[in-house]
Amino acid sequence: MAVTAIDPTTPSSAPEKRFSAPPPSRLRRMLRRPPRDRYNRREVVAAYLFISPWILGFLIFTVGAMVFSLVISFSHYNIAAGTIRPAGGANYAALFQDPKVPLALGNTLFYAVLAVPLEILVALGLALLLNRVRAGSGLFRTIYYLPKMTPAVATASVFLLLLNGNQGAINKGLALLGVDGPQWLVDPTWVKPSLVIMTLWGVSGTMVILLAALKNVPTDLVEAAMLDGAGAVRRFFSITLPMISGALFFNVIVLTIAALQVFDQAYLLFYRDQGGTAPDASLFYAVYLFQQAFRQFDFGFASALAWLIFVIILAISVVQVKVGNRFVYYESEERA
Amino acid sequence: MSAAVPTDRGPRYRLRGVVGTAVHWTVLLAIAALFLYPFAWLLSASLKPRGEVFDNALIPATPTPENYVTVWSELPLFSWVGNSLYIAILAAVLVALSSSLVAFGFAYFRFPGRGILFGLVLATMMLPGAVTLVPQYLIWNQLGLVGTSVPLWGINLFGSAFYIFLQRQFYLGLPRDLFEAGRMDGLGPWGLFRRIALPLSIPSFVIVLLFEFQASWNNLQASLIYLNGGAASGYTVPLGIASAMTKYSPTNGGHGDYQYVMVAALLVTLPMMLLFAVGQRYFVQGIATQARKG
Repeated sequence: MAVTAIDPTTPSSAPEKRFSAPPPSRLRRMLRRPPRDRYNRREVVAAYLFISPWILGFLIFTVGAMVFSLVISFSHYNIAAGTIRPAGGANYAALFQDPKVPLALGNTLFYAVLAVPLEILVALGLALLLNRVRAGSGLFRTIYYLPKMTPAVATASVFLLLLNGNQGAINKGLALLGVDGPQWLVDPTWVKPSLVIMTLWGVSGTMVILLAALKNVPTDLVEAAMLDGAGAVRRFFSITLPMISGALFFNVIVLTIAALQVFDQAYLLFYRDQGGTAPDASLFYAVYLFQQAFRQFDFGFASALAWLIFVIILAISVVQVKVGNRFVYYESEERA
Repeated sequence: MSAAVPTDRGPRYRLRGVVGTAVHWTVLLAIAALFLYPFAWLLSASLKPRGEVFDNALIPATPTPENYVTVWSELPLFSWVGNSLYIAILAAVLVALSSSLVAFGFAYFRFPGRGILFGLVLATMMLPGAVTLVPQYLIWNQLGLVGTSVPLWGINLFGSAFYIFLQRQFYLGLPRDLFEAGRMDGLGPWGLFRRIALPLSIPSFVIVLLFEFQASWNNLQASLIYLNGGAASGYTVPLGIASAMTKYSPTNGGHGDYQYVMVAALLVTLPMMLLFAVGQRYFVQGIATQARKG
């Protein structure tokens, strides 16, 4: 994602200058020069050989797969017979008539709206706490990071019991505080908060990114503000927050995309057992797509589902980038 | 931030600093306890007999270390770990090698289309997996490989966007003179990669290995899609434990011997802890790089 410096007076680093437009005279010369001069033929051949694995994979498993997916979404695909026949818009029409689609979409969006801000807040809080300690921060970082290393099945197998409404440790703990805990995994109202709790337990990936960003906040800026009499709160909002806004913004986008595709925990807690009955509130979009494709083998309908969520994720990301670019402060253009 | 506050401002300020530090450490410790509690719970549940698994006691009333012996005959855990190890190692090595090749192509050479193609590499990082899930399955099905472990590592032959990005960043940081010297010594493009770039990029190569090993070890969905329905001995760790959860969970009519699920869950988490203990530095570096790719 290319970004431009908001403040034109910001001194740009030397390598960045190369990206700015050359003077018109040089530009004209560059354009007139035949391309053959600019590349060494042997070098070009070698380069394409080196990147050929990616090109091949991209053509088959990304572009090819996407085209294939689009075709299937307009077809009836019978995997047992190996036949594919055109369906027109039938799959998409079914999409809009199926009451489970808005249900799954609603659940997923609700989860994302709940999870992403909480993840950002908790991760930022933890990162700020860790950034303040000098001794022992490594130990705490390790402890906070362990949940992230835990396989989703292990997490789910433990939280299935911790979140049990009758004898689970979480409700026992709440009872000590005088709170009557809910039926986390049964009560439709509490299904999504349950998942958010599990997600927050593994929030340390985001924390590590934010911690790295905090370490990059120049201390002289903070010290200058302190000499000017700015309090801790003022320093946080005027210096720290703008300086880490890039990392925050990146995390919001990535976490949103992940939240909209949440699968593992929902599947493990509610849909693992095919005969079991799961509350409607736990039907997430990725789970429904998985069921339609790999339990019902309705690949046409599943592909239509996939394209719908693709368009939704794309739209949300675009809006986030547009809004984000207005608030994010980019210190230097570190172009990838 | 308070680290920079001058400390000689008088006793009142010093006292505030001490209290602040104490509060700060208390909060850190409390959070650590919160994060560690599920692990403690898991460990003690794995050491309890059938009737006590759900009693929430952190110290088992009847310690049952036999669980750790019985579990191996109770569940085909040995096969699951073996399958997962095989797949994860293969997946990690293949993706590290292929991504390094591709990354070197992008980092070292000048060629037409480089900017656009690298932009596409970055774009695929943001692509939601949902769109390619079904067609990729149908492709593997056409090749007759559904039910084998090939779909769980096969795609790694073609490099992976984030790892390509990571390795490329590393190669770009290597001094150009090194390669000039190599060329003087008669190394061709392959030699420059094999003899100079690859050996020097061990740190980021390790990051790729660790990340992909972890991702593969934890990958539930691919196992569900490609291995489900086959013999239980062919399962991977995530798929196996998921099936054990159903088999033993008392809430949906299982046997109730949930302690075996707990033992298995603990045993498959340990390698990840070990991986992190050994490679923490690499993990932290790798994650911190993610924020810079935007």
